[in-house]
Amino acid sequence: MEKGTFEVKVGLAEMLKGGVIMDVTTPEQAKIAEDAGAVAVMALERIPADIRAAGGIARMSNVKVIKAIQAAVTIPVMAKCRIGHFAEAQILEALGVDFIDESEVLTPADEEHHIWKHAFKVPFVCGCRDLGEALRRIGEGAALIRTKGEAGTGNIVEAVRHMRMVQSEIRKLTTLHDEELMAEAKKLGAPFELVQKIAKTGKLPVPNFAAGGIATPADAALMMQLGAESVFVGSGIFKSEDPAKRARAIVLATTYYDNPDKLAEISADLGEAMKGLDLAEIPESERLAQRGW
Amino acid sequence: MDFDTKKVGILSLQGAFSKHQKMLINLGATVELIRYPEQLDSCDGLIIPGGESTTMSKIIAEMGFYEKLVNFTGAIFGTCAGAILLSSDAQDPQVCCLARVPLVIQRNAYGRQVDSFTAPVSLAFDAAPFKAVFIRAPRLAELADGVEVLGIFDSQPVLVQYRNNLVSTFHPELTEDVRIHRYFLNMIKSSK
Repeated sequence: MEKGTFEVKVGLAEMLKGGVIMDVTTPEQAKIAEDAGAVAVMALERIPADIRAAGGIARMSNVKVIKAIQAAVTIPVMAKCRIGHFAEAQILEALGVDFIDESEVLTPADEEHHIWKHAFKVPFVCGCRDLGEALRRIGEGAALIRTKGEAGTGNIVEAVRHMRMVQSEIRKLTTLHDEELMAEAKKLGAPFELVQKIAKTGKLPVPNFAAGGIATPADAALMMQLGAESVFVGSGIFKSEDPAKRARAIVLATTYYDNPDKLAEISADLGEAMKGLDLAEIPESERLAQRGW
Repeated sequence: MDFDTKKVGILSLQGAFSKHQKMLINLGATVELIRYPEQLDSCDGLIIPGGESTTMSKIIAEMGFYEKLVNFTGAIFGTCAGAILLSSDAQDPQVCCLARVPLVIQRNAYGRQVDSFTAPVSLAFDAAPFKAVFIRAPRLAELADGVEVLGIFDSQPVLVQYRNNLVSTFHPELTEDVRIHRYFLNMIKSSK
C-alpha cells in the first residue's frame, strides 16, 4: 500500500472537478456550504475581504477553527499556509487537512522560495498569474493549480487575465518546434521537462481551477468557459446578502456554465452580491497577486 | 473489439467524468456526457463517476434525475461517489441513495486524504492484480445475498456486481489499465 504519491494527490484534485470550493470561517458556514453542494471548504479565520480590511500579518488559521470545521462536514477541508512557511504546512498535515493552499492571501514567510511540496503526503494547491508560475509550482510538487485573481475584491478582472494568460501560453507551446522549446522554457522561467510535456499534450499535468474575485453565478460560468475546471469562491458567498442561495446558485452555474437559459434562471432572486473593489482603488503594494515568485 | 454500437452515458454533474470519457473513447465506445435527465433515454449504459456524493446528490434532486436513475434499464457502473449513490444505504442523510445495489456503504472509511492510497486489487475475472487508486474511499460494509464479489483488497470486497450494476470503491479511470472498463462494456454488450 502506497500513500501520499503524486498520483494519489492529483487523484483528489480530479475528484474536485466541476465543483465549487467555498471559503468558510465557522462550522455553521461550513454546513451551509456543504448543504449548498460545495465539493470542499477552505477553513479560514477570516475571509480574504476581511484580511484585506484588517491589515497586519495574515497567518495560518487558528487550529481550533480548522478542527471545528473538520468536525462539521464530511466533504474535504482545505486550509491555507503562508508562502514558504513549511512549518505551518507540517501542522496542517498533522491536522489531517485534505488539501493545503500555499496562498498569496496570507503574508509570505519567504520572499524567495516556495515550499518543497513533494516532501508532503498531503496535496497542495498554488496560485499563478501565468504559465511559468504554474509550472514552477508544479515542479515543486503542487497537485492543483488555480489562478490568483485578486482575492477579496469581488472583481473578476484579474482571474480572467490570469486564466487567459495561462491558456494562451499553453496554446503557443503547442505550436513550437522542438528546438524552440528551450528558449521558451527560459523565457517562461519554467522547468524544461514540463514545457516539453505541455507542448505535446496541450494541457497542464494537473487540474487548473479559477480563484480570486468570483462573486456571481455569471463569474463562475465565465471562468469555466475560459477553461477553468472548477472554481474557488472566497469572499463572494459570505459577504453577500443571502449566502445559502448564492452558494447553491454558483454550484449549479459551475455545472451548467454553457447554458445561458439555465444561468438566467439560476441568477434570478439572489439578493445583493458583495460590493466589490475596483483594482484602481488598491495600491500596487497591497495587491495580493504580486506575492509569489 | 467493437463497443461502438452501444451508447454509454457518463453522469457529468461533478467529478472525474472526463477521465472516464477518455478511457471509454480509448476502448472505442460511443460516449455522451450527461447533464440533463432526458439524455439518459438514448443510453445503453451509464457511468456515475467519482467526485463528491453530497454535491451530486443535490444536483440529482434539483434537476429531476432521481427517478430516471432508479429506473434506468441499462447497466450502471459507479466508482467511489458513484458507488455510494448506487448503494441502498450510505449511512448519511445527505446522500440520495438510488438503491440499485443492496449494500451498506460507509463514506470516507479509510480516513482523510493523507490516508488515500494505491494498492493491488485481485480480480475474479483476471489473474493479474489491478493497481487501484483509492481516494478518500468508501468501504462496502455489508453485502446482501446475490451481490457478487469481483475484486478484493485486504480481504475486503472493493469491486462488486449486482444484476446489471457494477460498483467499485476505487478509481480505475485514474490508471491506464482498461480491464474494468472493458468488463463493464461487455456487461452492456451482453444485455439486450
